[in-house]
Amino acid sequence: MAEDLLVVENVKKHFPVTRGIIFQKQIGAVKAVDGVSFSVKSGETLGIVGESGCGKSTLARCIMRLLDVTDGKIVFDGRDISNLSRPAMRPIRREMMMIFQDPYASLNPRKRVGAIVSEALEVHKLGTATETKRRVQELLEVVGLNPEHYNRFPHEFSGGQRQRIGVARALAINPKLIVCDEPVSALDVSVQAQILNLLEDLQQDFGLTYVFIAHDLNVVRHISDRVMVMYLGKIAELAPKVDLYEQPKHPYTGALLSAVPIADPARGRARRPIVLEGDVPSPLNPPNACNFHPRCPRFQKGHCDVEDPPLPARALAARGGRVPKAGNGRPAGRTVGSVLGRRCSFRLSAGSRSYWS
Amino acid sequence: MLLEVNDLKTYFQTDDGIVKAVDGVNFSVEKGQTLGIVGESGSGKSVTCLTIMGLNAKKNTITSGEALFNGENLLTAGSRRLREIRGNDIAMIFQDPMTSLNPVHSIGTQLVEAVQLHQDVSKKGARARSVELLKAVGIPRADRRMDDYPHQFSGGMRQRAMIAMALVNDPDLLIADEPTTALDVTTQAQIVNLMKKLQEEFGSAIIIITHDLGVVAETADDVLVMYAAQVAEQAPVEKLFNRPHHPYTWGLLGSLPRLDADVDRLVQIPGQPPSLLRPPSGCRFHPRCPYVFEKCKTVDPPLVGISDDPSHLQACHLDEETKDREAAKLLAATMAQAG
Repeated sequence: MAEDLLVVENVKKHFPVTRGIIFQKQIGAVKAVDGVSFSVKSGETLGIVGESGCGKSTLARCIMRLLDVTDGKIVFDGRDISNLSRPAMRPIRREMMMIFQDPYASLNPRKRVGAIVSEALEVHKLGTATETKRRVQELLEVVGLNPEHYNRFPHEFSGGQRQRIGVARALAINPKLIVCDEPVSALDVSVQAQILNLLEDLQQDFGLTYVFIAHDLNVVRHISDRVMVMYLGKIAELAPKVDLYEQPKHPYTGALLSAVPIADPARGRARRPIVLEGDVPSPLNPPNACNFHPRCPRFQKGHCDVEDPPLPARALAARGGRVPKAGNGRPAGRTVGSVLGRRCSFRLSAGSRSYWS
Repeated sequence: MLLEVNDLKTYFQTDDGIVKAVDGVNFSVEKGQTLGIVGESGSGKSVTCLTIMGLNAKKNTITSGEALFNGENLLTAGSRRLREIRGNDIAMIFQDPMTSLNPVHSIGTQLVEAVQLHQDVSKKGARARSVELLKAVGIPRADRRMDDYPHQFSGGMRQRAMIAMALVNDPDLLIADEPTTALDVTTQAQIVNLMKKLQEEFGSAIIIITHDLGVVAETADDVLVMYAAQVAEQAPVEKLFNRPHHPYTWGLLGSLPRLDADVDRLVQIPGQPPSLLRPPSGCRFHPRCPYVFEKCKTVDPPLVGISDDPSHLQACHLDEETKDREAAKLLAATMAQAG
C-alpha cells in the first residue's frame, strides 16, 4: 500500500490588500487559497484543474514553499514543512522540484543549457565537475535532446525543446515529487503529446510522484490518476479520474466538463453545454457559504447560501482527519449515492448516480 | 463567392534571409459559411489573414496572388479603400483582447469610433447602435458599461466587447484569430455559442483561426489544415474528421488527449515544425512523416481532390488506398477508445 508522500491540511494563502502610504492598513485580503486539504500517494499523479483565479498555481507554490502559507499544514514525506526555516528546508528541497508553464521565461537566457540543468546539483554540492557534466548529458538524452547541445543557449531551442530542458532540470537531483504547473499549455498539440509521453515514461522509470496542474481537461484526464477541481480557492470535487469524468457529482465539475469542445463534428454539435451565468467572483470578496452558489444551476435558497458544505472525510485521507459535522450533529455534506469527495450539499435523488441524469 | 484567395504568398525580408510565411494558399469562403483554419505555430494561418486584411507592415514584405472580396482584389486595393473595407465589410478580432483594445479609451469611445468611421450618423446614434451591440453580445447593463475601461472588464467580457466592435457595422466577413485561446474553458464555451448565434442573426461569414481541433469541429463548415506555410488538407468538416487524408492530419488527430476515453499512449509526431527560412525540399512534412518515401523528398505534392470527392483536397503523394486504410484505422481506434 503506497504511502502518502504529500499531505496538505486546510492550507490557506491570503494576500493582504493594504491602503495608505506611510501607515499601511489592511483593508482586505485576496483569498487565493482558502482551506484546501488533500493528499498524494507516492507514485501517483494528482491532477489539479480549475479556471483562472481558482488558486491552483498559488497552491503549487505553497506546496513548494515558494510562498509561505497563511494557515494550515503541509506534510511532505512525513515531515511538517509548513514553517521550516530556510536552512532547514534545504535538504527537503532536494526531494521536490517544479516544472513551469512558460518555456521561454523559465530558463535563464544568459546561461547555457548545461549550467541550467546542473544548477541544482551544484547548489546541493552533489558530485564533482566531471560527474555533474556526465549526469547532465545523461539527463539531456533521457529527455530526448542531443547531449552535445550542452553548451547551447536556450534561445537556440524551440518551445518544446525548452520544456524538455525544464524537465531535465527537474530530474537532475532525483526528486520524489515533481510539481508541474501547466507544463504543456504553451506548446503546440503535437509537441504536447511528446512531453506528456515523456513525463509518463519518466514516472514509470524513476518512480516519480506528480502534482499536475492544468486547465486543459483533456490533458488532465490523460495523465492523472486522481483529479481535483478547484473553484475560487477551495476544492469543489476530488475523485479518481474515471469517476470524476464519467460521473461528476459537483455542479461546477459538470459545467466545466460540458464546456469542453469535442474534436468530432457530430458529437460536438450535439453537445449541450451547461452555461454558467456571469463571471467568476473576485477572490477579494468570495461569496459566503458555498462559494459557487451565485452561479450554480442547482442552487437551493436557504441551504447553499447559508452553510458551506465541507468535503466528506473519505476524500481527505488526512492523518487524524475528522468528519466535519453540521450544527445538528449529523455529518454534513452526506448525500445519497457513492460520493467520494465533492463539496456540495445538493441531494441527488435516490437511484440517480450522477449529476447528468 | 464572398472571398476567393488564389495562390497567396507572403514573404518577409529579414536579416537571415527570406521567410516564406505563406507560400501558395488557395481557399474560398461563401456567404454565411464558416471556414476553420487549423495549424500549429508557424503554419502561416495568422499571416494569411493579416495579408488579406492588408495589416502586414509594408516594409520588407512581398505579397503576391489574389484575395478577391466580392470580386475586388484586396491585395492591390489602395490604403484608403482598405480602410473603408476594414471594420465595415470585413472585421477582425484578435487573440488577446487586452492588447487589442486601447487601454486609455473607454469601451464606448472605441465602439462609437468604429461606427462613426463608416456610417454617417450622429454621436447619439452611434452610441445607441453600440449599446445595442453590447447587449447583443451579452454584456449586462450595457449602457452603463459603455463608459468603463478595458481593464474594468474581465477577459471574457473584453472578448465580447471586441466581437461587438467587429460586428457594429454588420460586416459580411468576420475573421477571428484564436478568439478563445486566452480564455477559460467555460468562457470559451460562451464565446463560441455567441459567435454561432450572431452568425445566425447577422448572416456574416466567419473565418476562425485556431489550433484547437475541438473548436473547429464544433464551429466550422469547412476546414483548412495548414503546415509550414502551405495547405496540407482541405475538406468539409465531417470529412476531415471522419476520413482525413494526410499524415499530418492523422498525427494531429491522434495526438489529442480525450475527455471521454483513456488513451494508452498519445500519437506523437516526431521533431518540430520546420524553419520557414529554409523549408525542407519536396514535401515540407517529409522529415517528420512516418510514411515517407523517395518522391516525397524531392517533389512538392500538389493540392488535389480525392478521386471520389473533389471537395476534399489533400497534398500528399501516398496512394489513395493507403490513405483510406489509415483514415479508417484512426477512426476505428477513436471509436474503440470511446467504448
